[in-house]
Amino acid sequence: MTLSSLVVLPVAIPLVAAGLALALARRPRLQRIVTVVALSAVLAVAVVLMVATDRTGLLVAHVGGWAAPIGIALVVDRLSALMLLVSSVVILCVLLYSLAQGVADGDEGAPLAIYHPTYLVLAAGVANAFLSGDLFNIYVGFEMLLAASFVLLTLGGTGERIRAGTIYVVVSLLSSVLFLVAIALVYAATGTVNLAHLAQRLPEIDPGMRLTLQGMLLIAFLIKAAVFPLSAWLPDSYPTAPAPVTAVFAGLLTKVGVYAMIRTQTLLFPDGRLDDLLMVAALATMLVGILGAVAQSDIKRLLSFTLVSHIGFMVFGLALSSRAGLSAAIFYVAHHITVQTSLFLVAGLIERRGGSTSLDRLGSLAKFAPFLAVLFFVPAVNLAGIPPLSGFLGKVGLIQAGVAAGTPMAYALVAGGLITSLLTLYAIVKAWNKAFWQEAPAPLPRVRMPRGMLASASALVAVGVTITIVAGPLYRYTGSAADLLRAREPYIVAVLGEPQDQLTFPSAAGVPGDGTGRGDETAALEPDEAHGTGSEG
Amino acid sequence: MTAVPANLVLVLLIGVLFGTGVYLLLERSLSRVLVGVTLIGNGANLLLLVAGGAAGGPPLVGSGPEDEMADPLPQALVLTAIVITLGLSAFLLAMAFRSWQLHGHDEVQDDLEDRRIARRVARGLLAPNELDDIGASLAQDAAEARDETEHSDQRNDLDDTFVSPGLFPHRLPGPQHRSPLTSSDEEERR
Repeated sequence: MTLSSLVVLPVAIPLVAAGLALALARRPRLQRIVTVVALSAVLAVAVVLMVATDRTGLLVAHVGGWAAPIGIALVVDRLSALMLLVSSVVILCVLLYSLAQGVADGDEGAPLAIYHPTYLVLAAGVANAFLSGDLFNIYVGFEMLLAASFVLLTLGGTGERIRAGTIYVVVSLLSSVLFLVAIALVYAATGTVNLAHLAQRLPEIDPGMRLTLQGMLLIAFLIKAAVFPLSAWLPDSYPTAPAPVTAVFAGLLTKVGVYAMIRTQTLLFPDGRLDDLLMVAALATMLVGILGAVAQSDIKRLLSFTLVSHIGFMVFGLALSSRAGLSAAIFYVAHHITVQTSLFLVAGLIERRGGSTSLDRLGSLAKFAPFLAVLFFVPAVNLAGIPPLSGFLGKVGLIQAGVAAGTPMAYALVAGGLITSLLTLYAIVKAWNKAFWQEAPAPLPRVRMPRGMLASASALVAVGVTITIVAGPLYRYTGSAADLLRAREPYIVAVLGEPQDQLTFPSAAGVPGDGTGRGDETAALEPDEAHGTGSEG
Repeated sequence: MTAVPANLVLVLLIGVLFGTGVYLLLERSLSRVLVGVTLIGNGANLLLLVAGGAAGGPPLVGSGPEDEMADPLPQALVLTAIVITLGLSAFLLAMAFRSWQLHGHDEVQDDLEDRRIARRVARGLLAPNELDDIGASLAQDAAEARDETEHSDQRNDLDDTFVSPGLFPHRLPGPQHRSPLTSSDEEERR
């Protein structure tokens, strides 16, 4: 009971704190304290939720006391608990990094005043998307984090950021509209937007309609996750933002899309009719992304392309839709969030120390900043998948799952994954050689690195290494998370209650239009309407 | 069943809204994109409304027979979606204004890679008559590529040597030198 009420906190705390931080805009010190305390509290709650779900499996909170399917349910299962924990760690580390950067720059002016509230709204949006047990509430979570990300990406409003922001904003808005249209069609076809309720009703509708709904939801999420044919916006918009902003975007925003895909594919569409399509998309994402990275001469753009490329690994695991594949995909998501974020944080440090992010201008950093070299080297080889680091373990899991699937497409993906790892190593080594080993073309600027930035970046690198150390228990955890996802029944029962309770529900609530009574009568009629709207729209 | 013709009108309207919205979304000018986003957003909202089924009485318990009430959930969803669209449209508008402040227009520039290739073509590093996938030659692309941020992305491509100003006679050193009122200069370039 008390544990269930904890579930709302990861969304509620940052939102309340955001309001408070906005009210304290003229008191920068107090504002910082509010933000740090709020995000630390979220981290503590996430740890408790992770431990609790490891024991019990699922926790459900019915917001406002309205039971599902009428009210909005917030659900934590093992997958969302893990995502929440990893994202809270990353959000807190990046916040400390940006605080240290702000202090070092003496930056107490206007941009910082809105930075904290926006950042907190972003945290709330990410948490809401991870916890929501309701399709429309996932949309609201997406919009929260997108609106916050628009502000963060265009912070300061310089020409280049406005240009990059324009592309990002328009693409995001388009994917949101697609998502909204998909929700409207889902509601027309089934009469509900609650995920557990949908899981019960979707098998009853026309298979062709179901495929349409699945496709529309997938397209919306594939844009958010930056999977290949829909990924061009990412490398063009992320690198221009301030380093901490790029880091948190790279770590979290695309993974929210991946999470939404895992959730809807496993819970709503377990028959996996689009798996082959996802496999092709995953292969193309891996290869096209990494070839883009190889061609880059700017470290932030290079990292953005590796980000796109490695999303392919997660989609690969999801598309296998076996227990091993899902488990490895979830492990890979956790690994990739920390590693990619720390690489972007370190790129920010490199920019600071070397005065540029262009690989042609950097050099000699290994000699003048050896600690920075270590900070870059560890997550970089981790990304490329050098044993024994977690990137290697994640890829091994995926490749084992691919070989176990045994289809020609799965083998093609295994080969593609190996090539991608090799090319990632090539891109990383190129960056290492140029930035750290080559003789600097121009003398490095004499700057001191703020200790706080180094400390928070090293903390995140250490978290990445910790994932390697706890890989055994973590794989056990992701395995049971995958079991829970594939079983589906525990989720439905936890949200809706036992089947017999559900029948008495509509009359007890007294609201027509949502109850099963109406649903049964109109379910046969509404798909036809939906077909009509679908073809017109 | 009396609601069916009304639904058809709504459905046609949704189609028109989406069609015009997509057309506007493909424009370069951000203010047109904004109008397109608004139209598509309204189309999606109407779609949600249609998804709720036939119109009926106000969904207040006790105000009338329950089977004549409208479905309240889509209305709640539409209200939420309208608020979100409003906020994001305001942001888009602010961005268009900022872009106009900086550059004197609100057109979206080309991707960095496109601009880089266009510049190389202009310097004869690539064959200009090589056709790209839509059949436009690279020389045409180069002529069309917008290049306001040239000064700021040069740090990204040191492999490109200095571009002599003579190749782009209309280019001014940077956006800060251009007042918003000299947009005729932009028109001329197209």
